[in-house]
Amino acid sequence: MDIAQLATVVFLLIGGVFLLIGSFGLFKLPDFYMRLHAPTKASTLGIGSILVASIIFYSFKGDGLSIKEFLITLFIFLTAPITAHMLSKAALHVRCEPRADTLNIDKLEKIRNRES
Amino acid sequence: MDIKHSLWPSPFNFALLLVVWILLTNSFSVGNLLLAVVLAWFIPFLVSRIQSDTSRVKKPGKAVRYVMVLLYDIIVSNIVVARQILGSAHKLQPGFIEIPLDLREPLPITLLASTISLTPGTVSTEVSKDRQCLFVHALNVPDEAALIAQIKSRYEAPLKEIFGC
Repeated sequence: MDIAQLATVVFLLIGGVFLLIGSFGLFKLPDFYMRLHAPTKASTLGIGSILVASIIFYSFKGDGLSIKEFLITLFIFLTAPITAHMLSKAALHVRCEPRADTLNIDKLEKIRNRES
Repeated sequence: MDIKHSLWPSPFNFALLLVVWILLTNSFSVGNLLLAVVLAWFIPFLVSRIQSDTSRVKKPGKAVRYVMVLLYDIIVSNIVVARQILGSAHKLQPGFIEIPLDLREPLPITLLASTISLTPGTVSTEVSKDRQCLFVHALNVPDEAALIAQIKSRYEAPLKEIFGC
C-alpha cells in the first residue's frame, strides 16, 4: 500500500467518523435547535475530509490534479449556513419550543418580532 | 455610476465566475475559455442591476487571512462539537444570545451570520429589523459575555476592516 492510498483511507475514516457522530447527534440531542447543530456542523469536517480523500485518490490515479472537489466545497460552504439559518428561523416562527433550561428563553418573543 | 463601472461591474465576480466555469466544464480549449470570458463578463453585468448593496472588499489580504482563520476554527470546533454530542446532553447549556452589531451593511452582516452558522456550535437565527443585533442559538454557552466578545473580536472586527466600514 503506498502513501496515497494510505492517506485516502485515513481521510475517508476521519470523514466517516465525523458524519456518523453528526447523525448520532441528530438522534440523541434533546430539542430541535440543539439537533440542528449536529448534522449541519459535525458534518462540515466530515464532508471536507471525504473531499480531501477524493482529491488525493483521483490526483494520484494518473489523470492529473483533480480540483473539482474545491467547487463542491465552495458550494457546500455557500449553502450550508443558509440551510441552517432557514431551519432555525422556521422553527422559531412555528414556535418550536427549546429545552426549558435554554439561556434567554424569555427573549424568544422579542427575537420572533425581530426587535433589538 | 461612471462608465468604467457600468461596462465592467465587478472584477471580483468576473474572476470568480471565470474560475468556476472552467472548473465545472473541466476543459481548457480556446472555445471554452472564450465562452467563459463572455459569461463571466455578461452575468455580473446582468445582476448588477438587482444588487442593492454596494459593499466592496477593500482589503483582499485580510480577506484571505479571514478565510484561513475560519477554516482553522471550523476544524477545531468540529472536534469540540463532536465531543459534546458524545458526552452527556444534560451537561450542555444551550442558549439564545444577542450579539450587538457594529456592522451596518447587508453584505458584511450576511457574511458574519454565515460565518457564525459555519463554525460548529452556533447558528444564526434572526437579525433584528433595524440591523442592530444578531440572534444566535448556541449549543453550549458556559459564559454568555465571553462568547459574544469572542465572536465580535474574532469575526466582526476583521470583517469591518475588510469592508472598510
